[in-house]
Amino acid sequence: MPEVIKGKVHKFGRDIDTDVIIPARYLTSFDPYELGKYCFHDLDESFSQKVKPGDIIVAGENFGCGSSREHAPLAIKGAGIAAVIAESFARIFLRNSINIGLTVIEAPGISQFADEGDELEVDLDAGEIRNLSKNTSLKFNPLPEFLNRIIAVGGLIEFAKERLKTK
Amino acid sequence: MGRTIAEKIFETHVIEGNPAAGDFVLARIDLVLMNDITAPPAIKAFEKIGVETVFDRTRVVLVPDHFTPNKDIESAMNVKMMREFARKHAIENYFEVGRGGVEHALLPEKGLTLPGMLIVGADSHTCTYGAVNAFATGVGSTDAAYAMALGELWFKVPETIRVNLEGHLNPWVTGKDLILKLIGMIGVDGARYKVLEFGGSLLKELSLDSRFTIANMAVEAGAKAGIFEPDETLFSWVSEFDPEPEFFYPDSDARYEEVIDLNASDIDLQVAFPHLPSNTRNVSEIKEKIYVDQVFIGSCTNGRIEDLRIAAHIVKGKKVAENVRLIVIPATQEIYRQALKEGLIDIFVEAGAAVGTPTCGPCLGGHHGILAKGEKALSTSNRNFIGRMGHKESEVYLAGPAVAAATAVAGYITSPAEVL
Repeated sequence: MPEVIKGKVHKFGRDIDTDVIIPARYLTSFDPYELGKYCFHDLDESFSQKVKPGDIIVAGENFGCGSSREHAPLAIKGAGIAAVIAESFARIFLRNSINIGLTVIEAPGISQFADEGDELEVDLDAGEIRNLSKNTSLKFNPLPEFLNRIIAVGGLIEFAKERLKTK
Repeated sequence: MGRTIAEKIFETHVIEGNPAAGDFVLARIDLVLMNDITAPPAIKAFEKIGVETVFDRTRVVLVPDHFTPNKDIESAMNVKMMREFARKHAIENYFEVGRGGVEHALLPEKGLTLPGMLIVGADSHTCTYGAVNAFATGVGSTDAAYAMALGELWFKVPETIRVNLEGHLNPWVTGKDLILKLIGMIGVDGARYKVLEFGGSLLKELSLDSRFTIANMAVEAGAKAGIFEPDETLFSWVSEFDPEPEFFYPDSDARYEEVIDLNASDIDLQVAFPHLPSNTRNVSEIKEKIYVDQVFIGSCTNGRIEDLRIAAHIVKGKKVAENVRLIVIPATQEIYRQALKEGLIDIFVEAGAAVGTPTCGPCLGGHHGILAKGEKALSTSNRNFIGRMGHKESEVYLAGPAVAAATAVAGYITSPAEVL
C-alpha cells in the first residue's frame, strides 16, 4: 500500500448503499475488474470510465450500508479507486475493505473539505489529507491498533496464516 | 458494572482481548454461514489460507438461495462450486434446492441457531438469529473464509442500545411494523456498529416469527446485531432442539448507550417509502392513492408461516387487482408444505397470485419478479434502495404482510380495513 495517495475526488452523499455501488445483477462475478465496469452503474453509467487509477471517493455518513457483499469494495477497487474517505462507514463495508485491501479513511468533516474534481493528497502515515486544489488540510485518526495488526501483515488471509502458526 | 447480553456472549467466546464494549477481541465462532453469492469468493479465500479442511464440518453451513433455482449459467457455476466444496469437506449442512430455502428462515427451523451462540454469516441479515438469543452478525466473504478455516474471528465488542417493547399490538400489526417504526425513529445509521437489545412486556404477545422479522432488520438501522431477551416463547421453541440450553440475560445494571421505549399501542401499520427503510409513514396517513404494479410477499424478513397466514386471511375469497402481479414465495420447503396443508397456497393461487419455490429471488432483484422502468412495488422484504428490485427507475415500498395483501387486492397501498 503506498503511503501517499494522490488523485481526483468523486463525491457522493450520505447512506450510499451496496446496491448502488454494485447492483445485484452483476454479483455472479467476483472479479474486481469485471465488477469495476458496473460500479455505481445505477447512479452514473459512465462512472468507471471517468475514474483514473488513484482517484478518491469522498462521501458522507454511513458509506456502504446494506448488504454484506464483498463485491462492493472489490468493484470500487476494480474501477481504479485508491481510497474511500467518508464521514463514517457502515460496519460490514469497513471490514470487507480492510480484508480486501481497499484503503478506507473515516474523516469527520471531509464532506465540507473536498468538492467534486478537487485534487487530494492523502498521507496515511501522517494521518493527513491535503486538498491541493484549495490549499487546505484535514487530519484524520489512524485505524485502531488491532486493525493495523491485520494490515501490517498484508490483510486477513495473511493474518490467518500467522494465526495458524500459533495453533 | 453490569453487562449486556452481547458482552456476556462475547465473554463465553473470547480467545484474546477484553470482552467489554469498545474493545477488540478474537473470539471463538459456533457457526459460519454462506450463500451462493458469498460462498464462491469465500472458498477462493479459504484455499489461499491453505488449511486442509474446515475447522468443524458440522459448524459450516452452505445455503444456495439467492439466485436459485439457478437463474443463469454463471449462477449455476457458482452453486456447483459450493456443492463440490461441500462434498469435498463432507459439510453436513449444505441445503440443496428443493430441500432448503431462504437461509435465515431455514437455519432456525433446522435448530442450527441456538441461544448463546456466536454466529457469523456472509450475509448482512445473519442478525436474524438474535431472535433466539444468539449473537449473530453479517460479515464478508474473506471474514467467512477466515472463520471457516480457524473457527474464530476478530470483533470490536459493540455498545448496546436497549429497546423496551411495551404495550399491546394493534390489529394486523406485526414485528415488521415495530421495526420499521424504530428505523424511522433512529435512521438507517441510528444503531451503526451497535447492538439493539430487545426486551419488555410486549414479548408475552410477540410471536417468534415477529421477533425474527425485527432482528432481521436490525442491520437496516446499521446495527451489528439485534438480540432478544429469552422468555417462555423461546424456552418452548428451543426445547425441540436443545435439552440443556444456556440463556443470556442482561444484568439489571447493564451499561447501555441509550434506552428507547417503544409502546406498541401507539404503533400503526407502517410503510417505508422509496429509497430508504427509514422513510416510514403510518398507512392511515397516506392520503394519495399509490398504485402499484407488483406486490411481493416473501424473503428472510416476511416469508414465514405467520406472514402467509395473515396474507391469506386477507386475500381469501378475493381477487388480486387487475393491474397488480402478486408474487408469494414461502421462505422454506417446510413453510411451503405447512402453507399447503393449511390451504393457504390454494387461497393465493385462486386469487390470481404467482406462488414460487423458496428463493431470495425478487428481494434483491435477482430473478422471479424483476421490476421494469417506472414500475412500483410493495414488498415485505427489507430494502428499498435505488434499483434494489430491478430497473434504477423502479420504486419499492416496504411493509408487513397485512398491508401487502390488502394492497394486492386494492391495487394501491392501503390497510386491511379497506378491503375486508
